[in-house]
Amino acid sequence: MTAILESYSQLAIYSAMAVYTLAFIAFTLDLAKRTSAVQVVAAVPAVRVGVLTRAGGTATLEREPEVAAPVVPPTPRSSPFERVAFSLTVVAWLLHVAGTVLRGVAAHRVPWANMFEFSLTASAIIVTVFIFVQLWQNLRFLGAYITGFALIVLGVGTVNFYVPVVPLPPALQSYWLVIHVFVATLGTAFFAIAGGLSIAQLMQVRREAGKFAAVKFMATLPTAERLENLAYRVVLVGFVFWTFTLIAGSIWAEHAWGRYWGWDTKEVWTFIIWTIFAGYIHARATRGWRGTRSAWLSLIGFGAVMFNFTIVNLFFKGLHSYSGL
Amino acid sequence: MSRPSDHFDSPAPAPRSEINQPKLGIVGYLRFFWRQLTSMRVALLLLLLLAIAAVPGSLFPQRAADPNGVVQYFSANPTSAPILDKFQLFDVYTSIWFSAIYLLLFISLIGCVVPRATHHYKALRSRPPRTPVHLERLASFAAYDLPAGETDAAGNPFTPASVVEAARAVLRKSRYRVQLFDGRELSVSAERGYARETGNLVFHIAMIGILIAVGVGGSIGYTGQKVVVVGQAFVNVRSAFDSFNPGRLFTDDFLQPYRLVLNSFSATYEEKNLNAIGEATDYTADMTSYGPDGKGVKQVLKVNYPLEIGGNQIYLLGNGYAPKVTVKDSAGKVVFTDSVPCLPQDANLTSVCIIKVPDAVKQLGMVGFFYPTASNLSTGALASVHPALGNPTLTLRVYQGDLGINKGVPKSVYALNTDGMKEIVGPDVSTHSIDLTPGKTATLPGGNGTITFDNVSPPSTKANDLTKSVPRYVSLDIHSDPTQGWVLFFAICVVAGLLTSLFIPRRRVWVKVIERADGGLRLEYAGLARGEDPGLEAAVADLARRHSRQLGLKLSS
Repeated sequence: MTAILESYSQLAIYSAMAVYTLAFIAFTLDLAKRTSAVQVVAAVPAVRVGVLTRAGGTATLEREPEVAAPVVPPTPRSSPFERVAFSLTVVAWLLHVAGTVLRGVAAHRVPWANMFEFSLTASAIIVTVFIFVQLWQNLRFLGAYITGFALIVLGVGTVNFYVPVVPLPPALQSYWLVIHVFVATLGTAFFAIAGGLSIAQLMQVRREAGKFAAVKFMATLPTAERLENLAYRVVLVGFVFWTFTLIAGSIWAEHAWGRYWGWDTKEVWTFIIWTIFAGYIHARATRGWRGTRSAWLSLIGFGAVMFNFTIVNLFFKGLHSYSGL
Repeated sequence: MSRPSDHFDSPAPAPRSEINQPKLGIVGYLRFFWRQLTSMRVALLLLLLLAIAAVPGSLFPQRAADPNGVVQYFSANPTSAPILDKFQLFDVYTSIWFSAIYLLLFISLIGCVVPRATHHYKALRSRPPRTPVHLERLASFAAYDLPAGETDAAGNPFTPASVVEAARAVLRKSRYRVQLFDGRELSVSAERGYARETGNLVFHIAMIGILIAVGVGGSIGYTGQKVVVVGQAFVNVRSAFDSFNPGRLFTDDFLQPYRLVLNSFSATYEEKNLNAIGEATDYTADMTSYGPDGKGVKQVLKVNYPLEIGGNQIYLLGNGYAPKVTVKDSAGKVVFTDSVPCLPQDANLTSVCIIKVPDAVKQLGMVGFFYPTASNLSTGALASVHPALGNPTLTLRVYQGDLGINKGVPKSVYALNTDGMKEIVGPDVSTHSIDLTPGKTATLPGGNGTITFDNVSPPSTKANDLTKSVPRYVSLDIHSDPTQGWVLFFAICVVAGLLTSLFIPRRRVWVKVIERADGGLRLEYAGLARGEDPGLEAAVADLARRHSRQLGLKLSS
């Protein structure tokens, strides 16, 4: 049974990778097709004065119709490429999640106990956050970045990290495996999206300085300042998850290894990442550190997250040696 | 001053055309350094420096986390290791330079938190500030005209007082702190989100709390290790520990009396999954604890589920086999009989055993290998192919001579120094090796008597069933960390403070009513963010909407 489920899981993951590839191509085409011929947003007058009128003739209070939100610059209509790309991403994501869940069902546990499974789950959650964050902000311009990233993680995961289903060693048999690792993955997802926004911000800064005029699609993206604000807000969410990861990890370490903090290599890097993003948040409040500098901090932070997941897992000695390789 | 002067909200320093450097003097310099240290920029640099300084600790083995790794590093890099050691790169997290960074950071933090806390305390007790004269200069601003002659629901004409009163009611309902001002015009000044700064302070104070709790815990706590063979007991006195690491302020009075007996230990290994045959899936130790009252309580100890006894946490950290060995001298007198815990070397529990027989006529030392399921490799060497007892085999090299333990110098029981000892069984002499299975006895050459690998299976066991023939042992970690709960408490405060300080917006809003020349009223709404507040614009628009609804009016822009 396990073997059959596992092969279905593999099939779903390979299919997801194929669809992600198509989505990636479509997102790239969308970026290429975007022109700088976006409508110039009319400058909002400095002071608008509205008029208050009676809601109704009678003396009773009436429920008046909803007032339109303050004037927002009209968002450019999404291109067909973008719509196709986003639909493909959703299809790939469904396959991806199905493959990941099947892996968990095959193993009778959560699908994040070794590096292969962690690659599946982490990339699935990154795409999940990307899809659902669209309800809050239109960040589809990050589509190529996110699908490309998910593809790389899945590719490296299936080719280099694959291990068959094996039972959990006693040290991992704890409900903290579910909480600690899942929240760490959520934090990683938010840091990944913030990383994409920071890259866009750095490019936008150059374009706004007139150095990057050739890249036309950048003109369709939000301003550098807006990108920075978005990145900041995404990092905040990631930072809260990361703080929780640290604390949950400490509690688990206390149960499993008898101390809540022992400067194990993985603990060290989790701490380093936490410190970098704490620095990022403080940089926002420090004169001279807003803008490009803090964008670099966000990227360094996400780089450390990736380093922690790959290099530290594979090459550093420590108690967190659960890569299964 | 509530925030460091280089906080981005503070006014930028005026550009100076010439550099004028007044003489500072000692107090001046001290003040200068204090200002620098508590500035936002230096705090940020220290924070980033701390991240960088933590990196080497993951590149080099650390004495605290991986002492064997340090020993290996020294033998692999005999020239560079002592130099690295000079820079404390094997003790990064207790090193002078790492400590200096975090202590400076925490001093900087205290220098920032204390003035901010007093400022916030005052802010919590004061009323919202006077309404600015020019609200239209603020980032979020909206204004509406109320034509003359409009009346409220009761038919009374609107007056500035009634309009402001309605605004106050709306703001009150939204849990703003509200203050009416009657200057040139009537206005309401309101502020909310004090919890943002409270959360911020809680977060930072809790960080200091964690540091203190960790420091105190490290100096009054202790950790110890103890190997217990099935059937044996651990008694919580200092001499009973195999190794013991007390904090600086530890005294023996901290140890509470209890006794812990290991009744049995079972390890379960994967049998079905072909990819994982022999991988451990469960370790369970059945124990009985006896408190000062002498009453026994059954306890189950598993990985991830420590025991709590007498102020200690007891962890199951390792396990292995402890073959029972009996040595008799040539006259048949027992000179040694004990279960010898052997150190596992691989996942199939190939283990190294050191046996010291000090009471023999001539002292004997033995270095053995124990294989739970021995199998002959193609090279002829033995190897264990499964961690359970399938074909238990003990092979021994034997030395005769001075064990070096008579001088009272403590020696590791897990190492044998063969200097000055004569090999009597081994590859260099005529008897190459002694290979024993449970129940078997071999003669030691040179008239040194016999050695027996005892079979400890219960009497009812079938003759060919060796699954219980060798006792197991567990290695326990015994900890006392009295401030652990405090660390957790402060950690929870950190999260709570973080959530409130990041996601509760702090803002000031104003509603002003201006009487126009034509008898109508102009209503002005404005907001000012204090810290990050992406929702300010929407909040001001919402205030205008709710205010007009309160007045029974409709907005049209």
